[in-house]
Amino acid sequence: MRPPVLEVIGLTVEFATDRGPLRAVDGVSFRVGAGETLAVVGESGCGKSVTSLAIMGLLPPGTRLGGAVRLLGEELLGQPGRAWQGRRGRDLAMIFQEPMTSLNPAFTAGEQVAEALRLHEGLAPRAAMDRAVEMLARVRIPEAARRARQYPHQLSGGMRQRVMIAMALACRPRLLIADEPTTALDVTVQAQILALLDELKRETGTAVVLITHDLGVVADHADRVAVMYAGRIAETAPADTLFARPEHPYTVGLLGAVPAIEGGAGRLASIEGTVPDLRRPPPGCRFAPRCPFAGRDCEAQPPLAEVGAGHAAACWRAPLDRMLAA
Amino acid sequence: MTALLELAEVARHFPVRDALGRARGAVRAVDGVSLAVPPGSVLAIVGESGCGKSTLGRLALRLIEPDAGAIRFLGEDLRALSPRALRARRRDMQMIFQDPFASLDPRMTVEDAIAEPLRLHRIVPRGGERARVAELLERVGLRPEAARRWPHEFSGGQRQRIAIARALASGPKLVIGDEPVSALDVSVQAQVVNLLRDLIRDLGLTFVLISHDLGVVRHIADRVAVMYLGRIVEEGPAAEVFADPRHPYTRALLAAVPGMGAKAVPIEGDPPSPIAPPPGCRFHPRCPHAEALCRAEAPPLAGGAHAAACHLQSRLPPPPVLRGPDRGGERLRRLQSFFGAPAPQPETTGINA
Repeated sequence: MRPPVLEVIGLTVEFATDRGPLRAVDGVSFRVGAGETLAVVGESGCGKSVTSLAIMGLLPPGTRLGGAVRLLGEELLGQPGRAWQGRRGRDLAMIFQEPMTSLNPAFTAGEQVAEALRLHEGLAPRAAMDRAVEMLARVRIPEAARRARQYPHQLSGGMRQRVMIAMALACRPRLLIADEPTTALDVTVQAQILALLDELKRETGTAVVLITHDLGVVADHADRVAVMYAGRIAETAPADTLFARPEHPYTVGLLGAVPAIEGGAGRLASIEGTVPDLRRPPPGCRFAPRCPFAGRDCEAQPPLAEVGAGHAAACWRAPLDRMLAA
Repeated sequence: MTALLELAEVARHFPVRDALGRARGAVRAVDGVSLAVPPGSVLAIVGESGCGKSTLGRLALRLIEPDAGAIRFLGEDLRALSPRALRARRRDMQMIFQDPFASLDPRMTVEDAIAEPLRLHRIVPRGGERARVAELLERVGLRPEAARRWPHEFSGGQRQRIAIARALASGPKLVIGDEPVSALDVSVQAQVVNLLRDLIRDLGLTFVLISHDLGVVRHIADRVAVMYLGRIVEEGPAAEVFADPRHPYTRALLAAVPGMGAKAVPIEGDPPSPIAPPPGCRFHPRCPHAEALCRAEAPPLAGGAHAAACHLQSRLPPPPVLRGPDRGGERLRRLQSFFGAPAPQPETTGINA
């Protein structure tokens, strides 16, 4: 069997802080196959962005990493030194929320896309620029040749994010990590960018890890979902299953907390309280202090256990139908 | 019934200057907007970045001066008020901002921040402030002990509750919220949306919600005004605007909301620059229905209680039905009812008494 494009096994990430160690990611495992989109969803501080930075090898030196990150079967974390060198931008690429901070203001859009092609594909400057213009046209930038000569500040937010996508996909990476790629954009532009990402993924078979807080985006664009809470995966399932039969109370609350445009006005489900301080996490299930179903047994950590086909939840109460029967 | 707040043909243009300070045109941020907000109602102003919705909110409180038009509060033209009279009026009109980290002074305790408007408008007798602050904190779901702490000790959601308490301190009739829940995580956002709903109902507030989030708008607003490039393109009862949008831009906005399972083709292009808006209908370069008339003539806002500024509104095809699949069904709703328990609310607090 071919290995998945990305396999993360028991990943832990620990930062040293003034007030003691902070374990931002605590035993996260998932895999992503070619042409598949895995959405990692959760709220601020759940560890979703730290997970993506760990996969990219972009965490600051001194961060303590544990577990395994395998790209095409090859371990990245265990290797001394420069496991990512030559792979970033080529085999794995990333797009960030804020394109303005990720683009170099001193180079034109075309130069920045061409740089990746020169570096990783060894193209001559002229050929690289031609391919860059082609890439800009592929991400539907109108008048690509003219836009290629413009600087980031001359482009709109949506246009900049397209340039970022062109850069990330120029070398046809096997894995693309998109960290809140449309959060800074207006909703009509967001729809354009997400449709574009779907289309490019279908064409190239790139595996995509989509980091987002937006369950609507997950519903429309993900094949599988991992819901994170306080550094751990609370639930993972095929996207359709997650929305039809969520089995973790956090997922249930989160789905009810999103104000929907259909269904009219009414009270939203609300998860009382706030996320725990990861320097002093509660014992056992980290969601227990906010969970309406919690009991004494939740002081022991529930395993991420299978509840259906490809569907696992870290909850002693799953399947939750028992809660309704009671 | 007379409107509490009324805007008539309000406009505000910001000059754009080049590196040498020469005027090079103007951003027509708000370009002829008329609105009426009846007392006790919630009006939402929606639109994308740069449509002018935040400028409109500031104009409504005369936090910035309009270039043209009238702003009437309880029938009184705010532009005619002396600075002193305007200051006194501010007791009745308050604002909640998006960023609870920027809107609270880090050097003021929570008590001082909330008591400041009380002192400014001499609302409670000397010495009565502490009790009123405690009352306000309880009203927004915080413990009275919070009063002695500093803003940095609180999370984003708690800070926004503090900002709401401060806005309510003077017992305002009108509150304008400029993206009041946009900076919050979804679980905290739901708490604050529920809190705002309760406050609006219990205190009989008139509320203007400025937001880009149509889901939040659907849950709070009675009426909706959709803005595009400085103008209102559609205005009507929330239920009608969402169920039967009459302007192609409103339709595009609704279709672009993720999670509806609709894989509709998104509208192309970016909003044009408000410095040089297109002639005729400002939406025509992105509109799939545009005709010659749309390129030549700006359409008026027409249609009565549910109005749209579109030449073709009577001839547009029916809007696509936006209905997210009811994926979780009854099971999910029953499970979610365990999360529906409203936070304990004191019966009456007499904030507006």
